[in-house]
Amino acid sequence: MAADSYDDVAKNKDSIPELEVAPQDLYHAKSFWTKYIFCQDAKVIGIQYALVAASIGMVGLVSSWLMRMQIAFPGVIPMDPAAYYQLVTMHGMIMVVYLLTALFLGGFGNYLIPLMVGARDMVFPYVNMISFWVFFLAVVILAASYFVPGGPTGAGWTLYPPQAITSGTPGGDGLGIVLMLVSLAVFVIGFTMGGLNYVITILQARTRGMTLMRLPLTVWGIFTATVLALFAFPALFVAGIMMTLDNMLGTSFFMPAIVEFGERLSYDGGSPILFQHLFWFFGHPEVYIVALPAFGIVSDLISVHARKNIFGYRMMVWAIVIIGGLSFVVWAHHMYVAGMNPWFGFFFATTTLIIAIPTAIKVYNWVLTLWRGNIKLTIPMLFSIAFIITFVNGGLTGLFLGNVAVDVPLSDTYFVVAHFHMVMGIAPVLVILGSIYHWFPLITGRFLNEKLGRIHFWVTFIGSYSIYFPMHYLGFMGVTRRYFEVFEGDNFTYSITGINQFITVAALITGAVQFVFFYNIIVSSKFGKKAGKNPWKACSLEWQTADVPPTHGNFGKELPVVYRWAYDYSVPGADQDYITQDTPPSAVANARAEQT
Amino acid sequence: MSKNKESLIKQLTQKPWEPAQAKVDNLHEGKTFNLHVGKIGLRYIMVVSTIMFCLFIVTYGDRMVYDDWVRMPEPFLLWINTLLLVISSFVFIRIQLASKKNNFEKARRELFFIGFLAVLFLIGQLLVWQDLVQAGYYVSGSPANGYFYVFTTLHGFHLLGGLVYWMMTINKVWKLENIIIRKAKHTIELCAIYWHFLLAVWIVLFGLMLFS
Repeated sequence: MAADSYDDVAKNKDSIPELEVAPQDLYHAKSFWTKYIFCQDAKVIGIQYALVAASIGMVGLVSSWLMRMQIAFPGVIPMDPAAYYQLVTMHGMIMVVYLLTALFLGGFGNYLIPLMVGARDMVFPYVNMISFWVFFLAVVILAASYFVPGGPTGAGWTLYPPQAITSGTPGGDGLGIVLMLVSLAVFVIGFTMGGLNYVITILQARTRGMTLMRLPLTVWGIFTATVLALFAFPALFVAGIMMTLDNMLGTSFFMPAIVEFGERLSYDGGSPILFQHLFWFFGHPEVYIVALPAFGIVSDLISVHARKNIFGYRMMVWAIVIIGGLSFVVWAHHMYVAGMNPWFGFFFATTTLIIAIPTAIKVYNWVLTLWRGNIKLTIPMLFSIAFIITFVNGGLTGLFLGNVAVDVPLSDTYFVVAHFHMVMGIAPVLVILGSIYHWFPLITGRFLNEKLGRIHFWVTFIGSYSIYFPMHYLGFMGVTRRYFEVFEGDNFTYSITGINQFITVAALITGAVQFVFFYNIIVSSKFGKKAGKNPWKACSLEWQTADVPPTHGNFGKELPVVYRWAYDYSVPGADQDYITQDTPPSAVANARAEQT
Repeated sequence: MSKNKESLIKQLTQKPWEPAQAKVDNLHEGKTFNLHVGKIGLRYIMVVSTIMFCLFIVTYGDRMVYDDWVRMPEPFLLWINTLLLVISSFVFIRIQLASKKNNFEKARRELFFIGFLAVLFLIGQLLVWQDLVQAGYYVSGSPANGYFYVFTTLHGFHLLGGLVYWMMTINKVWKLENIIIRKAKHTIELCAIYWHFLLAVWIVLFGLMLFS
């Protein structure tokens, strides 16, 4: 129908009426301190988040190296069991909360949300700045635990009571556990401030023409993850406060009557299982707080580098939202061995398996986006494809562990370690790496070195599989996780020792190549090949800024007006293989977007 | 200009790639709700706080069924403190009415009274603590004691946070000649909503402790 064509839209609607709302007043920094340190510009705050998260992430990475050395080559690095458990604990907590959550939401969220929705900045820039500094304080408190008597907590990242705050556990009777709990509480406060900005900027500060269903999936992923965090983090906060009181003031919220080294402690009647419920009410959505931004980002990377619109956009949006909702009714699948009513086990197994449906929809849609696309095997695309494969692998083992009968024998084995590292460790990290290669030209105006990038990708990809594939086998063999030493003997054969050594060597190499990546970032930001404007020929708004890298206020004098979704690639009739979101219909009068 | 009266569900079922939808979408002004960002921000904070208190209440319900639960007494001062919060809410309604009539002199005066009531409430809560400790109800004595001190502390911190915003409100109303009146009215409205919220939270917590 002629009335429904873009020609018609072009004739009538190119001139958009004046906006009725006054433009946002921007804070203009005047000194070095307000421009780079206490900055209110979301882009700078995003980079600050990323740098701090990556720095503490390095501590997590080195922790994993040391752990692996102990497992495979005991004695090479002198270490006692207490130190080993401290490494395990700090590695887990740092990677999940302080690296992945902070990087996806604080880093990518801050940098991309205003740019992608067409805003000049976040709606509350001052609160946003405070949010980063509160996060920084949380990291400092966490890092301080390395320097207190007794060292950091070794309770495991789940911090289960009663062992987390009893004297047999490293850091349990000292400041280690206290600093961990305080740091988490401070993190939650900081995140709440940041989340306030992400949610309201996306809901209320989009530019003209940017409807919810024209938002790039990256924004949908970050938005939904933030809403999940809004509901989930209070559980961690509540659990943290109650355990701090148990520890510091002798309350018995979680602590049962307990005898420690022959001495009856003053605790009585508390419920450790209650803590587990609270922790996993936070902990499971936390998986999706990390995964959903990755889902969104990878959708955009695939679409841009396959030169094809995302397959099933609406389904992708709904799947993100449905996964987010379902993530709140599956938490107890982490507690099958805690002794629950079998009907509860049945309920949580069922909800867990139901999540596979929207997740599978997303995987199919990524594959169908690639199908017959004009695929460019750029580094971001390589990482994206690697993500899909890894996520499917991790997801499939999730089906094993979601079933009570299969989970019970596999519980606390390396199968579990392999599963969660594949699904929420490696898979999101692959997206983070791919997206850094993708958006680095926007952030710095330069490309990362291609050759180093390809080396980085292949070593990371093959290395990750070398680490985690054999762990599934170890798990099936019954090798238990969290053990300080794995002895050869009747139960553990020589092959297990050999596999552990292989995994450790792979981990050392895979970790080391990340330093090549950091080298690439540092050198390329100064000497990399100049990228120019919109080097990937992407449609979304972040690439349409007046300056590259985008300056304060993001867009020039006028905010862009959006006329289409973010996926008009290879549109029949168009002069180029992409139409940016702010291209008015009159400029692409012959394009037939409805036929893509 | 599209005023965006569509429901959220309807917005989520649009097909952005269809030309007919594009015509409508091009006129969209970019907001999901016809609400000021400050109001949505306040709702966000209230939702997070509500979730936190709800989780505490859930754990309270779980913990109180055990044998070691010993009920706390309710000092009469707690009723007085509750009354202070109720009066604060009423005063805020008066302030809102005054600001609607542009009577900022009255609004300013009564805002100071709000601050006075809030500080009085916090002192009252500390006095309750002192009485209970003197009577031997320590935080570690029984889980009920622990919850009482946790609830009153967290509620007190929320009120302290509210006092920060109250100071910003006073500042805006004080410098009225320099700012748009609409902004002052808006700030007063947000402050009032938060105060009503704190009253509601306290009544729920107090009721919980009273009847359990």
